[in-house]
Amino acid sequence: MTETLLTISGLTKAYPGVVANDNVSFEIGEGEVHALLGENGAGKSTLVKMIYGLVKPDSGSMTFQGKPFAPPEPRIARALGVAMVFQHFSLFDALNVAENISLGMEDPPSQRDLAARIREVSETYGLPLDPFRTVGDLSAGERQRVEIIRCLLQDPRLLIMDEPTSVLTPQEVEILFQTLRKLTAEGVAILYISHKLEEIRTLCDHATILRLGKNVGTCIPRETSARDMAEQMVGSAFEAPARPDRNLGAVALDVSGLSVTSPGTFGTSLRNIHFTVQQGEILGIGGVAGNGQDELLAALSGELTTDANAIKLHGSPVGSFGPTARRDLGLLTAPEERLGHAAAPDMSLTENAMLTAASREKLMNKGMLNWAKARIFANRIIEEFDVRTPGPENAARALSGGNLQKFVIGREVLQRPEVLVVNQPTWGVDAAAAASIRQALLDLAAGGAAIICISQDLDELMEISDRFCALNEGRLSDIRPALGLSVDEIGLMMGGAHGMEVSHADA
Amino acid sequence: MDLSSISPVLLLASLMVAATPILIAALGELVVERAGVLNLGIEGMMITGAICGFAVAVETGSPLLGFIAAAIGGALLSLLFVLLTQFALANQVASGLALTLFGLGLSALLGQKYVGVKPPPIAKLHIPVLSDIPFFGPVLFSHDIVVYLGLALVVAVWYMLKYTRAGLILRGVGENHDAAHALGYKVIRVRIMAITFGGACAGVGGAYISLIRVPQWTEGMTAGAGWIALALVVFASWKAGRVMLGAYLFGGVTVLQLNLQAAGVSIPVEYLSMSPYVITIIVLVIMSADKSRAPASLGRIFHATQ
Repeated sequence: MTETLLTISGLTKAYPGVVANDNVSFEIGEGEVHALLGENGAGKSTLVKMIYGLVKPDSGSMTFQGKPFAPPEPRIARALGVAMVFQHFSLFDALNVAENISLGMEDPPSQRDLAARIREVSETYGLPLDPFRTVGDLSAGERQRVEIIRCLLQDPRLLIMDEPTSVLTPQEVEILFQTLRKLTAEGVAILYISHKLEEIRTLCDHATILRLGKNVGTCIPRETSARDMAEQMVGSAFEAPARPDRNLGAVALDVSGLSVTSPGTFGTSLRNIHFTVQQGEILGIGGVAGNGQDELLAALSGELTTDANAIKLHGSPVGSFGPTARRDLGLLTAPEERLGHAAAPDMSLTENAMLTAASREKLMNKGMLNWAKARIFANRIIEEFDVRTPGPENAARALSGGNLQKFVIGREVLQRPEVLVVNQPTWGVDAAAAASIRQALLDLAAGGAAIICISQDLDELMEISDRFCALNEGRLSDIRPALGLSVDEIGLMMGGAHGMEVSHADA
Repeated sequence: MDLSSISPVLLLASLMVAATPILIAALGELVVERAGVLNLGIEGMMITGAICGFAVAVETGSPLLGFIAAAIGGALLSLLFVLLTQFALANQVASGLALTLFGLGLSALLGQKYVGVKPPPIAKLHIPVLSDIPFFGPVLFSHDIVVYLGLALVVAVWYMLKYTRAGLILRGVGENHDAAHALGYKVIRVRIMAITFGGACAGVGGAYISLIRVPQWTEGMTAGAGWIALALVVFASWKAGRVMLGAYLFGGVTVLQLNLQAAGVSIPVEYLSMSPYVITIIVLVIMSADKSRAPASLGRIFHATQ
């Protein structure tokens, strides 16, 4: 824990129009867990890509185990003992676990020997995994195990983890942390990137904070409050969402006996789902990704139609209606995938505003589009939701994740929905933008709308929802008041740790 | 009508010859598509290979040199596709269609003085003992060497994709090019190699038509074989064994319907002519109803951002 493993000094990387990293320096010691904090676009990903050899720095230098270190490609970095677990899993769905792991190794042994080594490592570190399962069939937690074991098989000295816990249940996070502690005890250093400040406080020894590509400070997370760290990241104080008083009204949305077969090969079908949401209420639906969230959103939005009586809006059946008809009645949705589902990436913000708001905001007259009105509406979204963009004629793709998310949520909120369904409203969004999105949802509920918030961020659900339930393998758990729920209870509602039985059955 | 005029031995023997061009071209395209690239230019590369092979074989008198020239010709044309799709990041569908049209025109130009010329014949193998077995000898063991090359290629492609490191990397690139890039694999380089291999295979397949199956040079003589090869790959669910099955089925029905036409069966000729296409597609559609699916990055343009 004393020897310095990696020194970074004066690392700079500029892209056209933006300096991603500006003179960043810090050190990581052996056996240390070092957190890298910062908002979206602060330059964390670029920095770790430079360490992993995917991106070449413009200037600055690194030393690794006392020697100059400038990996021209990941292969070299891996050979020296740098391993990385990616934020968006770098896995191949159609290949099996052993093949996936083999692709991440320099000279892999034969498949049979590799399978044996995978079993061995997975048992040593308590990460059960069957080498011959197809990755596309695994849960998010199991997929991450594949990535971690891929790293561990190369005896890394430095393990880089980019947002590793965003898709895990609390139980799985606990297993992951135990594994990481075992590794640090063996002298492995960990560079840990996360938005979850409480996790960083429990796990990390040191933290470096980046803002707009610059190193703006370091802290010892155990001795710093989450709020202080967040404010250092943003550079100013911001308001935590306030929960205005709300009066619950009549039942706005009544879902009963909703069963939907998933259209995708690797999707999850919904099984007999029941819930109601009242006016002015926020229902939080938790659960690990891939347990039916996308299907539930599709069923509620009308992308998948069902039996008419399975979904009732203000008492009248709408289950057989498509998205446009449901929108006209006031049931609005904002899906998770910003680029491609919630917004058309290459279309301008005005066009994207037109796409969902055409009929509710009367931007259309007898099939003719009124672009002037659409532009005014897009400008209103930009203004009221503080979307940072040069103007509504910019393509959706050009916005950062957080700004586009504010636009997508703003577009639905400003259409005065009676029922709003959002999926992962703040995924990959920095703390300040997330706070403003949550505030907008709370204000909307205070105005009498019913809101269903599907999310994997439990802190978010606890912060805004009145009642909480979880999706697990397409089934909905009991619905319970959110106030006073413990982490353990939530974890059990989410189905505990996934896939623990798999390796035992195999062993 | 005289069905007794159809000899089963000759029928089966010519089946293998009829199937070989599409088999070789389709195996090349299989590798290309497994690497995540959709090259619709097979027809153009086949016909270019057909004329390159024909011209060189006529000029040198060596069919072997002809086949080598055909492979080079097909590969060179595929490099044009590489340039368009891998470096200029052009749309693969449009580039592939353009390649087909370009290949048809180019081959017509190159082939002007070869119309009506006879190519040097290629010897049929005579394997002692095996070729003398009654029935099986003429059906299986008395063909030219390219037929066996095609069969060897089936095994080689299957083995390469399933058991070798190179095959695993190729599948990885075709499945998720972003992940492959993140792990440090050269996505573009892998794809260039796959596309060139596909081009060479298509060229050899084309030359087989002009040098052995027909054998002469006519404009547009591949007559849609490239499109059949393309369809075979998809309906064979990107599996080498099924490509072979499909190619032989197609070859078999083609030969059979020709024989039926010659025997004067009272079915309109048009129905007979369309039968190979219809039957092959129906069989492969039924077979592809299992869970196998296309390589996930198929046809997507890869650009290493940041």
